[in-house]
Amino acid sequence: MRICAAVLACMLLASFAHAIDTAPAFADPAQQARYERIARELRCLQCRSETIADSNASLAEDLRRQLRELIAAGKTDAEIMTYMTDRYGDYVLYRPPVKSNTWLLWAAPALLVLGGGVIAVVVILRKSKLPDDDLPEDDRARGSGAP
Amino acid sequence: MLRYLIPVGLLAALVAFFFVGLGRDKQTLPSPLLGKPAPAFSLPRVDDPTQTVSNKDFAGQPYVLNVWATWCVGCRQEHDALLAIAARGEVPIVGLNWKDERDLAQQWLRELGNPYVVTAFDQEGRVAIDWGVYGAPETFLVDSAGNVIHKHVAPLTVEIWEREFLPLLKQQAVSR
Repeated sequence: MRICAAVLACMLLASFAHAIDTAPAFADPAQQARYERIARELRCLQCRSETIADSNASLAEDLRRQLRELIAAGKTDAEIMTYMTDRYGDYVLYRPPVKSNTWLLWAAPALLVLGGGVIAVVVILRKSKLPDDDLPEDDRARGSGAP
Repeated sequence: MLRYLIPVGLLAALVAFFFVGLGRDKQTLPSPLLGKPAPAFSLPRVDDPTQTVSNKDFAGQPYVLNVWATWCVGCRQEHDALLAIAARGEVPIVGLNWKDERDLAQQWLRELGNPYVVTAFDQEGRVAIDWGVYGAPETFLVDSAGNVIHKHVAPLTVEIWEREFLPLLKQQAVSR
């Protein structure tokens, strides 16, 4: 029982710990930060909804190794992203680039806000032109001049 | 009239989106390699670590590259189909043994039969990354000019071979 609890505690702790690797990949904190940032922008294609930073799949491990080597070789962010998309396509990127087939994806939030705004304006204008027929009974009676 | 048409139209648009979305194959990712030169590789052979196999060995002729591993269930599934396709002799099949153990791979080929003219041993998965492999089994068709012209992800069958690969291979033969 106690062992069970210990194992459970370890698993909980593990999930809070750094997701990637057992030790930092780089001695230089700036390089390590860069490595972790890029790893969070690349998709693990074996598990689809995880980044390679979060995944323990063997392909994610391999891609992290490639990423470490590319950073160590002094490649720029753009060069690294090109390396990945040349092999795996745009799907490997968590932030897809704006292209003819993705513009709707990127424009959707703005379009939705705009569309909602237009509908709101139309409804408000229309309502404001309606007679105020929801006045209390006696007010309406007074307004119409009846006794 | 319009106040009824608008919600019905919106619903119809939504249904159309979902319908198209349901019908699409989201498992198979489009390969950016299609139409581009096959990534170069040079790896030790699975049967003999002292010898290397490179894609230069197949320059000037079409070949199939099949990514497999002994831990891959789909590879066992497609193995008989690969043997049948290899027996037809239409095109050489090159194996890429991916992140595997050499003795297990050799044992697999001994026990199940060897459809490959040669198998490259990619223990670290570096060549597989160059080819954009994300899950075995994957099968590529490379034309005589060295370009990747087709990719199939998932176990291969003789039907898929005849439907997807063979027409491309015949086109190759005609255009040459």
